[in-house]
Amino acid sequence: MRRRGALPGFARALPLAPAVVLLLLFLAGPIAYCVLIAFTDLQLTGQAHSSFVGFANFRRAFGDPAFLNAVWLTLVFTVLSSIVGQNTLGLALAALMKRASRPVRAVAGAVVVTAWVLPEVVAGFLLYAFFRREGTLDAILGWLQLPRQNWLYTLPILAVSFANVWRGTAFSMLVYSAALDEIPAEISEAAEVDGAGGWRRLWHITLPMIRRSIGTNLMLNTLQTLSVFGLIWVMTRGGPGDRSQTLPLLMYEQAFQNSMIGYGTAVALLLLLVGALFSVGYLRLLRTEV
Amino acid sequence: MAHPHAHARVSTRTRTRVRAVRRHIADACLLLLAAAFALPLAWVVLASVDPGADLRVRVPESLTLGNFRAVLTPEITYTPLLNSLILCGCATALTVGCAALAAYPLSRFRSRLNRPFLLTILFATSLPITAIMVPVYALFVRVNLIDTLQGTILFFAATQLPFAIWLMKNFMDGVPKELEEAAWTDGASALQSLLRIVLPLMGPGLAVVTVFSFVMMWGNFFVPFMLLLTPDRMPASVSVNDFFGNRGMVAYGQLAAFSVIYSTPVILLYVLVARRLGNGFALGGAVKG
Repeated sequence: MRRRGALPGFARALPLAPAVVLLLLFLAGPIAYCVLIAFTDLQLTGQAHSSFVGFANFRRAFGDPAFLNAVWLTLVFTVLSSIVGQNTLGLALAALMKRASRPVRAVAGAVVVTAWVLPEVVAGFLLYAFFRREGTLDAILGWLQLPRQNWLYTLPILAVSFANVWRGTAFSMLVYSAALDEIPAEISEAAEVDGAGGWRRLWHITLPMIRRSIGTNLMLNTLQTLSVFGLIWVMTRGGPGDRSQTLPLLMYEQAFQNSMIGYGTAVALLLLLVGALFSVGYLRLLRTEV
Repeated sequence: MAHPHAHARVSTRTRTRVRAVRRHIADACLLLLAAAFALPLAWVVLASVDPGADLRVRVPESLTLGNFRAVLTPEITYTPLLNSLILCGCATALTVGCAALAAYPLSRFRSRLNRPFLLTILFATSLPITAIMVPVYALFVRVNLIDTLQGTILFFAATQLPFAIWLMKNFMDGVPKELEEAAWTDGASALQSLLRIVLPLMGPGLAVVTVFSFVMMWGNFFVPFMLLLTPDRMPASVSVNDFFGNRGMVAYGQLAAFSVIYSTPVILLYVLVARRLGNGFALGGAVKG
């Protein structure tokens, strides 16, 4: 019998080659290139060659009100939509689904997951229609006799945050549903018999038991939210003015509308660094788990 | 002595009643939340068959297929959808092919390099791809891949590859090694045993990887938006934005109809694999939205 061990290591690793080549050329390559041109004054407008400018792009970024505005809006967008919105609502949905009757659970699950599966641009349209002055939200507020306004104009960052909650909550819901299913029924029943109320059970039993899932979910939600472009682009184009211009939209504007590829890339590199930090945190979480 | 027994019975009955009340409360809350999530979805469905659609959810006074008829033209629907299909189909095939090949040694042979490789892959799954689009654009201009279908396909495949490898490796680990051993004694190569034994046995897993990659690419806006320039080559995700954004007065009914046509394939695909695998994409903690 021919043993697998007889195969030389090189031949064994051969099937990895296409994937590795593709990843090196089209993923690692651009990242290296990103680091490189973030330190140059590369522009779109066909200049013959670009020159090395050191940290000028980064210094410029930190003195640029547009950049600081984008950092602030990205922070608001991420905290509101990912950490508060998707995470909490996802957990609430998962907890409710555990208690609800089967048909209600099926309907709610289908609706929430549909919002998640829809293409990004379509989700953008639907929520644009929802938040517009003549849209559905306005009609509901009018019907409830509440003050009405053009949300996309008065509070655009809030509108796009809600849009991201609408689109992304299903993921948290699925993660938390799986996590809650793993809590042994005896534990929550025992606490119930002991007379622990709903909130105390949640705080002292449920949350500690699913803390790994919470960590994983927060990390992935945040990474996903940091790179949202299409949704905001379709709903507001980053406007009005720059009031919903998060980092990805600023990066795009600087690189293409202002033709400053070098500067746009410096912004991108900062975004990538934040993303990489979260990614490392995510790995550490998984590592303790596996 | 009957006392504790009676007490237990009462408390059981009370608890059952409390549970029923709780279920009704949970049902009510859940229905309310589902209704909030459903409102934007209701708009797109109702507006697509409403001859006088605007931005509000409302029941149409009359039903029409006119919106669908108006958008079912080569320019608006057929060409962009065909472009999407070619782009996402080729990139998915490439991703799944490379991932299956790469997963095989990772799953079957022990090596000191497996762990660092898998950790790198996992790290790459969560990188924000949006952030590298500007350098990718600059790079593609340099190497003449900008505005080419093959360039976009290769990049698409590379972005989905880390997650596809990760998923594929996990599914492959579920196929027992013993099944291959008979084939090995018959002198089958690694490639033969991968193609004839392992992959057929992990059909559902293969379906998940394929559908997930395809759905992700089908809905992706930013990548083709950056890497393709010629309108004729644009997939639906980008063309619909032009259709919507650059026409001044928007025909909302038509926009809704197009959205329905464009979204239906991915919803159907999702239903297909979700049914097959019960909990769909909720594969433990290692899932990415």
